[in-house]
Amino acid sequence: MEDILNALVVLANFVIIPSLAYGAQLALGALGVTLIYAVLRFANFAHGDLMAFGTMTVILLTWFFQAQGIGLGPLPTALLALPFGIIAAVLLAMGTDRVVYRFYRKKRSAPVTFVIASVGVMFIYNALTRIFIGTSDIRFEDGERFIIRAGEFREWTGLAEGLALRSSQVHTLVIAVVVVIALFWFLQKTRTGKAMRAYSDNEDLALLSGINPGRVVLITWVIAAALATIAGTLYGLDKSFRPFNYFMLLLPIFASAVVGGIGQPFGAIAGGFIVAFSEVSVTYAYRRFLSHIMPEEWMPDGLVQLLSTDYKFAVSFIILVLVLLVRPNGIFKGRVI
Amino acid sequence: MSFLIGEGMTGGYGGADILHDCTISVEKGEVAVIVGPNGAGKSTAMKAIFGMLQMREGVVRLGERDITGMTPQERVRAGMGFVPQTGNVFRTLTVQENLEMGAFIRDDDFSETMEQVFSLFPVLAEKRRQPAGELSGGQRQQVAVGRALMTKPDVLMLDEPTAGVSPIVMDDLFDKIIDVANTGIAILMVEQNARQALAIADKGYVLVQGRNRFTDTGEALLANPEVRRSFLGG
Amino acid sequence: MRTVQTSDYRMPLLYAAMALALIMVGFFQSWTVALAIFNLCMISAIMALGVNIQWGYAGLFNVGIMGFAALGGVAAVLVSMPPVPEAWAVGWQGLALAALMLLLTIAAAIMLRRSYKGRGRNLLTAVIIIAGYFAIRYFADPATDAIEAVNPTSEGYLGGLGMPIILSWMVGGLFAAGAAYLIGRVALGLRSDYLAIATLGISEIILSILKNENWLTRGVKNVTGIPRPLPNELALQRSEWFADLAVRFDVPVTVMSSIAVRGGFAIIFIIVLVLIMILCERALNSPWGRMMRAIRDNRDSAAAMGKDITGRHLQVFVLGSAVVGIAGAMLVTLDGQFTPTTYIPLRYTFLIWVMVIVGGSGNNFGAVLGGFVIWFVWVQAEPAGLWLMQMITTTFEFGPAMRAHLVDSAAHLRMLLMGAILLTVMRFSPRGLIPEKTAAKPLR
Repeated sequence: MEDILNALVVLANFVIIPSLAYGAQLALGALGVTLIYAVLRFANFAHGDLMAFGTMTVILLTWFFQAQGIGLGPLPTALLALPFGIIAAVLLAMGTDRVVYRFYRKKRSAPVTFVIASVGVMFIYNALTRIFIGTSDIRFEDGERFIIRAGEFREWTGLAEGLALRSSQVHTLVIAVVVVIALFWFLQKTRTGKAMRAYSDNEDLALLSGINPGRVVLITWVIAAALATIAGTLYGLDKSFRPFNYFMLLLPIFASAVVGGIGQPFGAIAGGFIVAFSEVSVTYAYRRFLSHIMPEEWMPDGLVQLLSTDYKFAVSFIILVLVLLVRPNGIFKGRVI
Repeated sequence: MSFLIGEGMTGGYGGADILHDCTISVEKGEVAVIVGPNGAGKSTAMKAIFGMLQMREGVVRLGERDITGMTPQERVRAGMGFVPQTGNVFRTLTVQENLEMGAFIRDDDFSETMEQVFSLFPVLAEKRRQPAGELSGGQRQQVAVGRALMTKPDVLMLDEPTAGVSPIVMDDLFDKIIDVANTGIAILMVEQNARQALAIADKGYVLVQGRNRFTDTGEALLANPEVRRSFLGG
Repeated sequence: MRTVQTSDYRMPLLYAAMALALIMVGFFQSWTVALAIFNLCMISAIMALGVNIQWGYAGLFNVGIMGFAALGGVAAVLVSMPPVPEAWAVGWQGLALAALMLLLTIAAAIMLRRSYKGRGRNLLTAVIIIAGYFAIRYFADPATDAIEAVNPTSEGYLGGLGMPIILSWMVGGLFAAGAAYLIGRVALGLRSDYLAIATLGISEIILSILKNENWLTRGVKNVTGIPRPLPNELALQRSEWFADLAVRFDVPVTVMSSIAVRGGFAIIFIIVLVLIMILCERALNSPWGRMMRAIRDNRDSAAAMGKDITGRHLQVFVLGSAVVGIAGAMLVTLDGQFTPTTYIPLRYTFLIWVMVIVGGSGNNFGAVLGGFVIWFVWVQAEPAGLWLMQMITTTFEFGPAMRAHLVDSAAHLRMLLMGAILLTVMRFSPRGLIPEKTAAKPLR
């Protein structure tokens, strides 16, 4: 019995809890991508760099607050800086739309034109972030790091394995739940949210009904940029901030959005968790887990790892391909892209 | 002086003209139907009246106002409702949300209008929480009409409302349209099912190659042997 | 067909300007630098040509260029490096068995899907694949471990075939073509943005394989000393006739040798570019090329006319990727080393896209010019940015930390520049520097 508990603790500690946190971060990012796809009808390649930009602002402000001695006690200072980071990212996204995308929207350009324009935007965001904060790896978590420490857990339970619950993981989940509930309330219950869905569903009819497309697009950018900044900050608190990694997050985020069914907010959330759980569980070395439930003489050599951790981006993509082969519209029947 | 009139409309989609000095009008509480062979410019005439087409010549008046220069959105505010032939509902939104979106430009309380729509189309009240995309073709058309009625328009324009529905559903829809007209709304519609449409029409227009060919009451057109022979299949 | 009048004199003028820019570099910086830039311009131009085949001819948006270039690069390693006999000795049995397992797994999966159509078909296939995966790992893991243990500081991999490196350019093309075929089969049936996401993902997978399968590519330990098709500089410097030549031209022998080697590369690259260009132009103006453009401009009506769109797209996707693969192999040949970590999407995928869009999508000469211009700007923007930042920091009073930060950030200014160039060209000159000759639709 104790063996099984130990094994479960190992699994929770190294697979379940990290996947939940990572999945929530991906889901927030994928929600932004999917909303942009639903309303503006293109895959935004600059989304990872928008995340990086928002997070960078949060970090700069965190440093500023820390220097001023302003903090949130046990909570990370970054949470105090988050609203300001959101404002910065929202302004950037709105400015970009005004300068870049609006022109093509008026011309009713093909989606691929928007995608290529988003590549140009990606270069610019990329440069901005690096000019301000450089390219190095930055950790900006402060406050109380752990909610449960592995050692304490062992003492309480008397188990051989410890379970560590980091604050960043709990913050991620709590904030993600609040944000997602707020978003769905907005989309389902408010007049503006319904107008957004209507515009996404049938642009011509929305125009006929007097829905202002400029306003819908603007609100979409506000939401997407806010989600990107929140996702980026939570990811940075949980792991670390490095602009290049944020660019690379584009891949699992796209995978999450497409797997769930692009243009479908529920799909983005489901997709985020599917991708995160697959990534972590496929690249986790199960040796320690197995050592609790398997007789020693049966233990295989090696780490008992399906794929090396370096392949984690490959995992998200393999899922993407599999889902598209079996169910091309994604799990929640999004648009065919 | 008609309530809504498109007078001497001439124009097309950039290239050659499709409409040539075409005149269409409708009174409040009246059903006017535009019929004609394929490519006669029926839908084009409708779009011209609704401002979805740049006319080279001609005027459109609603009540006493000249609305020729208005965008479709402005015409909706001025009291025109339009039900396109395809893509006329928000498929992923519920029936009720479709109606709410129809009332998007209204800032006042529109719950009364919604109740009126529901009493006109009781089946929609039943299915108000269902996504419109899951309804049958006839029910979807009711949603589309209901959505357009949410702005309390003076004129309702329908582009082939019975396209692709069964004859029974068609009769049902025409009954509903008469009900709408009886509330004092002017109805202008384009129809493929010319015979059935003219049967309920107060006024009928037969267009050929973008020109008015015959204009009369629905009854008279149905009785006209030339119309019967050329356009109603004998 | 309407021809664009302006392009008659525009193209030679633009090419002349580009040549002038390179000559200026020769005079004001140095001829070795000018030749180095020229050679990389050539490679960029060939990559841009490959992308233009896909985008300009067929409207396919491929963002996996990096992966195809890297596959070309690995071909250079696998063809030209000397084999490592000890590694083969310790590893061949395991690898052969693993390969056998791979074939058995594929065969079993295909057999199952052919013979059994009932419920749980996908599940059973998954079971077979997972079982096969473990079988492969069972044989491959010890073998790869043994291979990687052979002289790990300089070898630790199987090595190559020890064949002439020029051959690898073709092999690189074939590798890329093969990968493109597999990707195209999966991704081309679906529409627009999906191909972009799919190719982006595939290129990352290719890179992660090249970085981690040490037994094949040495991974992040890099492969250096890749043979060259030309004598190296040191050998030239030692030979007497060459030293005489240097004296006659009155330049130091070291400079002379690097000019000679780089010039040699330039000549070979020009030959390759001209060959590919001739083939591309012939293809573009053939019935096949016209059909491709017809499909691109009006997919639906081409489909209605009975054209096999996915099939045609697959052809063009494979061809374009092959050209990128060739360029990738050439790049590794020029560098003399294979370093997987240098492949980053911004440089190898998105920069190439800037070249194609700026040059003029649909026009091969435009793509080549775009390759030249953008690479030139990319290379020269770095010193220019540094100079700018130094100007700023000396003009204004900054603390030392701020000054260091600003100077550090100079390297990123060129990203800003690239983004600005791309967006500006798209907005104000969407047909690019040298527009497509026929009256086709530009970027809308």
